[in-house]
Amino acid sequence: MLVIKDLHVSVGGKEILKGLNLTINAGEVHAIMGPNGAGKSTLSNVIAGHDGYEVTSGSLTYKGEDLLAMKPEERAWAGVFLAFQYPVEIPGVNNTYLLKAGVNAKRKHQGLTELDAFDFMSVVKEKAKLVELDASFLSRSVNEGFSGGEKKRNEIFQMAVLEPDLALLDETDSGLDIDALRIVAGGINKLRSPDRAIVMITHYQRLLDYIEPDFVHVLAEGKIQKTGDKSLALKLEEHGYDWVKENL
Amino acid sequence: MASNEEIQEQLGKREYEAGFVTDIESDTLPPGLNEDVIRHISAIKQEPEWMLNWRLEAYRHWLTMKEPTWAAVDYTPTDYQAISYYSAPKSKDDGPESLDEVDPKLLETYEKLGIPLREQEFLAGVTNVAVDAVFDSVSVATTFKSKLTEAGVIFCPISEAIRDYPELVKQYLGSVVPQKDNFFAALNCAVFTDGSFVYIPKGVRCPMELSTYFRINALNTGQFERTLIIADEGAYVSYLEGCTAPMRDENQLHAAVVELVILDDAEIKYATVQNWYPGDENGVGGIYNFVTKRADCRGDRAKVSWTQVETGSAITWKYPSCILQGDESVGKFFSVAVTTNCQQADTGTKMIHLGKNTKSTIISKGISAGRAQQSYRGLVRMGKNAENARNYTQCDSLLLGDACGAHTFPYVEVKNATATLEHEATTSKIGDEQLFYCQQRGLSEEDAVNMIVNGFCKDVFDELPMEFAVEANRLIEISLEGSVG
Ligand SMILES: Nc1ncnc2c1ncn2[C@@H]1O[C@H](COP(=O)(O)OP(=O)(O)O)[C@@H](O)[C@H]1O
Ligand SMILES: [Mg+2]
Repeated sequence: MLVIKDLHVSVGGKEILKGLNLTINAGEVHAIMGPNGAGKSTLSNVIAGHDGYEVTSGSLTYKGEDLLAMKPEERAWAGVFLAFQYPVEIPGVNNTYLLKAGVNAKRKHQGLTELDAFDFMSVVKEKAKLVELDASFLSRSVNEGFSGGEKKRNEIFQMAVLEPDLALLDETDSGLDIDALRIVAGGINKLRSPDRAIVMITHYQRLLDYIEPDFVHVLAEGKIQKTGDKSLALKLEEHGYDWVKENL
Repeated sequence: MASNEEIQEQLGKREYEAGFVTDIESDTLPPGLNEDVIRHISAIKQEPEWMLNWRLEAYRHWLTMKEPTWAAVDYTPTDYQAISYYSAPKSKDDGPESLDEVDPKLLETYEKLGIPLREQEFLAGVTNVAVDAVFDSVSVATTFKSKLTEAGVIFCPISEAIRDYPELVKQYLGSVVPQKDNFFAALNCAVFTDGSFVYIPKGVRCPMELSTYFRINALNTGQFERTLIIADEGAYVSYLEGCTAPMRDENQLHAAVVELVILDDAEIKYATVQNWYPGDENGVGGIYNFVTKRADCRGDRAKVSWTQVETGSAITWKYPSCILQGDESVGKFFSVAVTTNCQQADTGTKMIHLGKNTKSTIISKGISAGRAQQSYRGLVRMGKNAENARNYTQCDSLLLGDACGAHTFPYVEVKNATATLEHEATTSKIGDEQLFYCQQRGLSEEDAVNMIVNGFCKDVFDELPMEFAVEANRLIEISLEGSVG
């Protein structure tokens, strides 16, 4: 679904990703771990199309198409979804209204009829249950005054409504207490499907106790340094990232 | 995702939908201003002697006044001898008795602007609004007069009110904004031509929204609107004013005076959707909008709200104000001002607290793009008898691009120690992160900008009557149209 080859990315003149390679197929769940500042959010932002990052070389191929030639919204229509590490607040913009506009823009692009308010609300109510998001959040302004955990929950709720093919979850587990983590992880598990790829960026092994990944990657110094299965995450937890560096 | 700069560049390409000219024969006075011109206007309007004398008195005082320069706007001064002070479509002799007598070209003009003047269009259940349509210097039609008369409500052109209800006019005209109040108000008193008069009798809740639609059409003509609204004890009315003008390379002057009188337990909600031609992207042409709007809460528990959506005009100089005389009276000001290209706006409000337990709220939202400059200028004065008076002020500015500016000038005068004031102000740039978030969810950049801007304005749009909130949303979208390359 997504093939990343020799990706080099700079931010403000500083090279962050230095020749990253990664292949993700439909149905797979990948976990990307790595020290703070390694470039994990940089990677997810570049995939989603944030223009604050300069891709100096390499390629991103999504469903056979050059992702770099597409605008962020075109990537969204093609099924790319990013659950943000720090979801931004948008005062005065109704949470459901934004989501409805997004869903209908995508449907329009796919040649489907737009959902009316009634049909949309029934979808929304259904999906809100998945992450036990209280209905009051639906009518509030996007992320405004949400706690850290509520923001993360809202991101996964949006994922459930938008039904992406490639979901990038950037530290969705940070800021969640243990109960919320269980609920949100349960929601993500229900969203696993053979047609969908999920990339989880996380610092903690504990998320992987709930959502078992097919692959675990360690991102450090601008590259994927190590790839393994779930046991790699356990080793990391035990030995820390220095262990990876020493074993380069 | 485009940068702020790209958005701002695209903003310059906004289309002004109301920019057409109606080709209609007019009677227009030659340019120039002197006492004869004033006598002439007064004669055309068949005014009584006292009215003419009132105008002349204002004019003589105006001659001694100087155009104010304290506002943060920069423009070529108007040559007051180069403009005409009266222009009216020829077909109108003595005012049409019914819409059938209104020139079809005029009806068409309003239709194109989306202002329905045919009452049956309302009866279809579309909306519930009575309209007074002012074209250059005259009112060309007022709808639903009979339905309003049944309720005892007077809604007519002010020139008609001067003839038909002289006692009411004499009692209230100039009682809120005196003849000598300021340069533009004095000029307006001398040469005002038309506008609306509204009187809601004691205890009456006006059965429909009232609306006046101002259209400047003629070239080199100033429009001097005069509106007077009186809500007698316990009365209620919601009123909306709309404005447009053709696209012309010359600047045109609109100098209005609006007076609101609110007696015990009465309430007026006054909303403006101002969409005068703003000039082109190089700042050529556009309306100079110099307006004095003031509400006098003369009675106890009187309430007034000014809600304005200002998207047009080359220059805006406007401070709708509230005098809170009555005990427990309440004044509110909600404003959204959008300035793009070379537009300049200096706008805000004055809240003058005189009575006990008076309350005021100011919510001002400014949006600037291009090279536009915008200032919020507000005064909150707590008089010495204003026991326990309260004010809350919130001023938010949103900047699109780096070449525009937002300025805030809050003035506060407190003469009573029991008064409380709260002030909050923010200036933000439309965030790249907000845009990216919306786009990531599937919105085009243009839709994302619209959504964020409309969200920014929400507190104010929520105050507009249902019928006009949609229109305000649409106007802002047009102003920001083409924001994606
Ligand atoms: N907008 C930016 N400007 C300058 N440096 C940035 C910017 N965004 C990220 N960086 C830098 O890039 C590096 C990688 O950041 P990030 O991708 O957020 O790391 P991670 O998500 O792995 O913690 C860090 O050193 C960070 O400081
Ligand atoms: Mg990160």
